[in-house]
Amino acid sequence: MAELFQFELVSPERLLLSEAVSGVVVPGTDGDFGVYKSHAAAMSTIRPGVVTVEHADGHERKLYIIGGFADVNSKGLTILAEKATDVADIKAEDIAEQIHHAKEDFADAKDDDQRIAASTKLDDLKNIQAALASL
Amino acid sequence: MASLKDLRNRIASVKATQKITKAMQMVAAAKLRRAQEAAEAAQPYAERMGAVLADLASAFEGRQDAPTLMTGTGKDDVHLLVVATADRGLCGGFNNSIVKLAKERVRRLQAEGKDVKILCVGKKGYDILHRDYGKLVIDTIELRDVKSIDFSNADDIGKRLLSLFDKGEFDVCTLFYAQFKSVISQIPTEQKIIPASVPEADEAGVHANEIYEYEPGEPEILRDLLPRNVSVQIFHALLENVASEQGARMSAMDNATRNAGEVIDKLTMSYNRQRQAQITTELIEIIAGAEAL
Repeated sequence: MAELFQFELVSPERLLLSEAVSGVVVPGTDGDFGVYKSHAAAMSTIRPGVVTVEHADGHERKLYIIGGFADVNSKGLTILAEKATDVADIKAEDIAEQIHHAKEDFADAKDDDQRIAASTKLDDLKNIQAALASL
Repeated sequence: MASLKDLRNRIASVKATQKITKAMQMVAAAKLRRAQEAAEAAQPYAERMGAVLADLASAFEGRQDAPTLMTGTGKDDVHLLVVATADRGLCGGFNNSIVKLAKERVRRLQAEGKDVKILCVGKKGYDILHRDYGKLVIDTIELRDVKSIDFSNADDIGKRLLSLFDKGEFDVCTLFYAQFKSVISQIPTEQKIIPASVPEADEAGVHANEIYEYEPGEPEILRDLLPRNVSVQIFHALLENVASEQGARMSAMDNATRNAGEVIDKLTMSYNRQRQAQITTELIEIIAGAEAL
């Protein structure tokens, strides 16, 4: 069995996850990287994507995160994410529907601010959809 | 002297007031507990962010290419004061104490000949400030429809500040809020958020001895981190503010309830005295009448 290390997932609102795990795959800006025990100290920004957590008992849990960075040091791995959702809680149809709404919002936008807000939302949703499709 | 009926009415009305203040106190107590929990839950993120920032910032010390969010624009002419208060009143001196601190600051800056702009977060702050400094207020952000403050509220304000900063609308940004110490004590605080006041590396930096690998590079990470940090600081301030507001309201309403109790006691006393006086007068009249026969 793989050795365990401390993994923490923190959002601005609260500490989402803090436990000993055997491995985590992090979607870094420059590419995904896996973290296991005794990983060299590193710090990376994160692109919106899926974090795969390998628990001590072998089962995997996938979380979709947006924005933030990962900090690996001798104490373990800490991910600071702006938003995090369990992939199991996201339904493909919901996302498709939301994308549809976002497109409508974008078409209805009256000024630049609204248009920017709508397009950011649309991009976020498309990222989620792409991440789900690649699983 | 008020008649018996008047007294009875007064007592009834004070009792009704007491019931309201009592209810408000209990609501505030419940909300306070939730606000405190939220503030505590947000602690880990802010702490780690601070630690990482301290690490990165020390690497940039004295370098020319450091981001302006950290070093400032090099000028000190236009100050933006973000005054965070509550949207509601009836919370003792809470709003006033924050605004007082901000006003002091405005006076000092103006005496030094600086330009001052004010951004109000919360309606009450604007209500007080616009009397004296109406021209300086650039906008008011109200959060009264927001049930519980989450990060996106703070992020919106943060983005707003950053876009103003990028346009060169101000050089220094200071945030005013009340730090929650306890139910009876909330400390009005000012905090400089742009340029970022970075905590000392040896306090927060736990990784001083480790050699880090940065991905992409240090400048990119710092550039990504600093705007985020602005939002985090605002989020922290807003959460502290909510807890402080409820704490202040709780003690203010506790006082009001106690005062109402005292007033009721006093009124009841004079009501009884007057009732007795009336009975005595009636008796005297009867006796006097009987003796006359």
